[in-house]
Amino acid sequence: MTDATPAASAPAPRGARDDGLDAHLIVDRGSFRLDVPLTAAPGEVVALLGPNGAGKTTALRALAGLAPLSGGHLRLDGRELDRTPPESRPVGVVFQDYLLFPHLTALDNVAFGPRCRGAGRAEARTRAAAWLDRMGLAGHSGVKPRRLSGGQAQRVALARALATLPRLLLLDEPLAALDARTRLEVRAQLRRHLAEFEAVAVLVTHDPLDAMVLADRLVVVEHGRVVQEGTPSDIARHPRTDYIARLVGLNLYRGRAEGHTVRLDSGSEITTAEELSGPVFVAFPPGAVTLHRDRPTGSSARNLWHCAIEGLEIHGDQIRADLTGALPIAADLTTAAAAELDLHPGAPVWATVKATQTHAYPA
Amino acid sequence: MTPPRPTGTATVLPGGPRRGRPRTGVPLPLLLPALAGLAFLVLPLAALLVRAPWSSLPEQLTSPEVWQALRLSLVCATSATALSLVVGVPLAWLLARTDFPGRGLVRALVTLPLVLPPVVGGVALLLALGRNGIVGRWLDAWFGVTLPFTTAGVILAETFVAMPFLVITVEGTLRAADRRYEEAAQTLGASRFTAFRRVTLPLIAPGVAAGAVLAWARALGEFGATITFAGNFPGRTQTMPLAVYLALQNDPAAAIALSLVLLAVSVAVLAGLRDRWTNAS
Amino acid sequence: MTTRPARRTDRRRRLTGPTAVSAAALLALSACSASSGTSGTDGAAAGSRSPSAPAGLSGTVTVFAAASLKESFTELGTRFEKAHPGTHVSLNFGGSDTLAAGITGGAPADVFAAASTRTMSVVTDQGDADGAPVTFARNQLEIATLPGNPDRITSLADLTRPGLKVVLCDASVPCGAAARKALDAGGVSLTPVSYEEDVKGALNKVVLKEADAALVYRTDVKAAGDKVAGVDFPEAARAVNDYPIVALKNGDNAAAARAFIDLVRSADGRKVLTDTGFRTP
Repeated sequence: MTDATPAASAPAPRGARDDGLDAHLIVDRGSFRLDVPLTAAPGEVVALLGPNGAGKTTALRALAGLAPLSGGHLRLDGRELDRTPPESRPVGVVFQDYLLFPHLTALDNVAFGPRCRGAGRAEARTRAAAWLDRMGLAGHSGVKPRRLSGGQAQRVALARALATLPRLLLLDEPLAALDARTRLEVRAQLRRHLAEFEAVAVLVTHDPLDAMVLADRLVVVEHGRVVQEGTPSDIARHPRTDYIARLVGLNLYRGRAEGHTVRLDSGSEITTAEELSGPVFVAFPPGAVTLHRDRPTGSSARNLWHCAIEGLEIHGDQIRADLTGALPIAADLTTAAAAELDLHPGAPVWATVKATQTHAYPA
Repeated sequence: MTPPRPTGTATVLPGGPRRGRPRTGVPLPLLLPALAGLAFLVLPLAALLVRAPWSSLPEQLTSPEVWQALRLSLVCATSATALSLVVGVPLAWLLARTDFPGRGLVRALVTLPLVLPPVVGGVALLLALGRNGIVGRWLDAWFGVTLPFTTAGVILAETFVAMPFLVITVEGTLRAADRRYEEAAQTLGASRFTAFRRVTLPLIAPGVAAGAVLAWARALGEFGATITFAGNFPGRTQTMPLAVYLALQNDPAAAIALSLVLLAVSVAVLAGLRDRWTNAS
Repeated sequence: MTTRPARRTDRRRRLTGPTAVSAAALLALSACSASSGTSGTDGAAAGSRSPSAPAGLSGTVTVFAAASLKESFTELGTRFEKAHPGTHVSLNFGGSDTLAAGITGGAPADVFAAASTRTMSVVTDQGDADGAPVTFARNQLEIATLPGNPDRITSLADLTRPGLKVVLCDASVPCGAAARKALDAGGVSLTPVSYEEDVKGALNKVVLKEADAALVYRTDVKAAGDKVAGVDFPEAARAVNDYPIVALKNGDNAAAARAFIDLVRSADGRKVLTDTGFRTP
């Protein structure tokens, strides 16, 4: 395994702000403790990214008021919401499986919120119709949810949440219930709607692609704590935990740098382009790895490790090889190359990586 | 061995020798007890039909007393069902959706009227709501209301016996229903009550209807608690079951005739309602 | 015209307070099957063995008796078992009509004691009686009022006073038929609040203070102890109920059946019956 351990959370500096979201969510539930600071400016889309069971949904429920806070605080546009019941919070939620009311038409589902917030029946319906129109669903207003497709239901759910004009929009795995084809299309639409949304949007997902495409900023949560926070490109380039590294498809190691050499705890060394000192992360993509059956001579690569094939997996027209030995490495190669090398589990191989392909940054 | 077939039905039982179709039907160990159970339930009703005094039936059924008792039965059973709905559905919600100390005990208390002999229920109602009862004496003193020997008393007695059926059915439906719809409604600005009224209630409507029909049927057949609490006076507290019981004392033929009327009306109502929900859902 | 609190019997004295009211009501409201034989009386039975007892009496003698005979026949059953060791008297009390229906339906009873000659004729007409029925007791109506007779009811006519809640038995049961006869004899037109399904139901409405008065049998007033007060009225003599008793063909203990009937008609038997409010022929 790599030497990477979850870094201590390094939240961005936050003070009391009078617009947008300023929250520190602490929820104790038996042995599980969620402790997530979260801030966002109006117009910003923040994704809570993390593996299943990390506490993302709990954080979302706490924001919505469906789970009580055990500690911390929750302010939205300068207003304390800790003790406000869910129905009085200016918060809209798109649930994972949408939870459209099955006995109401699409129009009445969307009109439900405005009605509850005091609009008359006719006015609520007019507003609902406008929202459905914006979502491109004007022709489906009289349809019951069970007759909507997954993508349509998702848009009705979004319209329903937006129709109450929330100051905080929460989306729980907004694309998880969709099949791959619909997902692509809905993701693009959702991105457009979120871009138009002028208040804070927080979405929860375990899918890095959804998070990267939809969010301006990612907050990575593991075991109830924030392990990393930053822009999608920032996080993709500088993963700080195995989980993120795997999500973004990088080999990640933690060690101590002295000049161009990073010594890992296992004793192996990696030569890097950057010149650093002290604790660092080193990352390189699987595609940067070249495999050889015999010890290469005359390779310009500065890193050479003797490894063994642990497993092989086909990804499209590529083969992902998991290596053990000097250090655990994921390597991508073409099927042709794999056949030529006669790779099979247990086979000894030499792996080379150019120093310029690695990326080191302070831990 | 061939499975016995109910006579007089045109249904071909699955599993019969029908052109070599695979035997996908009802397994015999289920079919036989099921038919035995059906026969056991239907046989007494059949006996009632066989022994009915058909020749004197028209005469029996034209007596105003019969219609008076039937009308009273329907009015009281329907009122008792309405009363059960008004207080029973919230009670079921409380049992299904909230957590309070002693909830298990409360649930046991709610089901108590199911196991209590109705006559005992009637006595208990007298001790509670009678003219001299622990609450009834104050009703009498403050409002001049006495419940025994009144139609209201019949409705209360029937409600006491019938409401547990509704509460249990609705509670079960509520437990099976997805609570997250209520949460979704709350995030849209609905108070818990609005969420219940506009989302939960429509979602559990079939369960509420089933509970109401059970309660109605139970109330319609109620005898023991009614006669004990409300007495027996034609047109005021004499429902069909009371009329049947008293007719049985010296005119069994009349009793059978009355029973048939009650039976026919309840079958008509129940069958009608059942069709309506199955079509609706 | 006399007003007197009915004498307490030993049975009732053991019960006090509110428990007594409800327990008595519950006992009376259910058709009880009681057996007077208990192992605890064996010693006493052996000590008082009568030398004149006919030899060969043994086994169980099953007696179906009208509910109003409960106190007296329970006592007589105990005496019979003492007098004839090895016998067991199984007593089944209920409404006379219900019992008669049971007997004609084949219930294995040795003796039938009915509260009216009409119900007895149901059994004799079916040919189920072994011999001719004989009248062994007479019962007549009394007005049961609240303890101490707070409404100062002294005659049948007083029952028609406005505001007074009176219950009668339904005309289909013997006490109701008798009440109708007595009211007709007195020329009194009375609208009760309820026509109860049997005499105990009527009595209990007064015991529970739901009704102010009821027309019931003297024996019932007596059995209720001080929970009600009895008021005699002259018209009662016009509606006397004869209690016939007969041995039955269905029974399998004819000798014991005859011996039991003999005991009922003996001086001892008459004493027991008059103690519980009956008149004897």
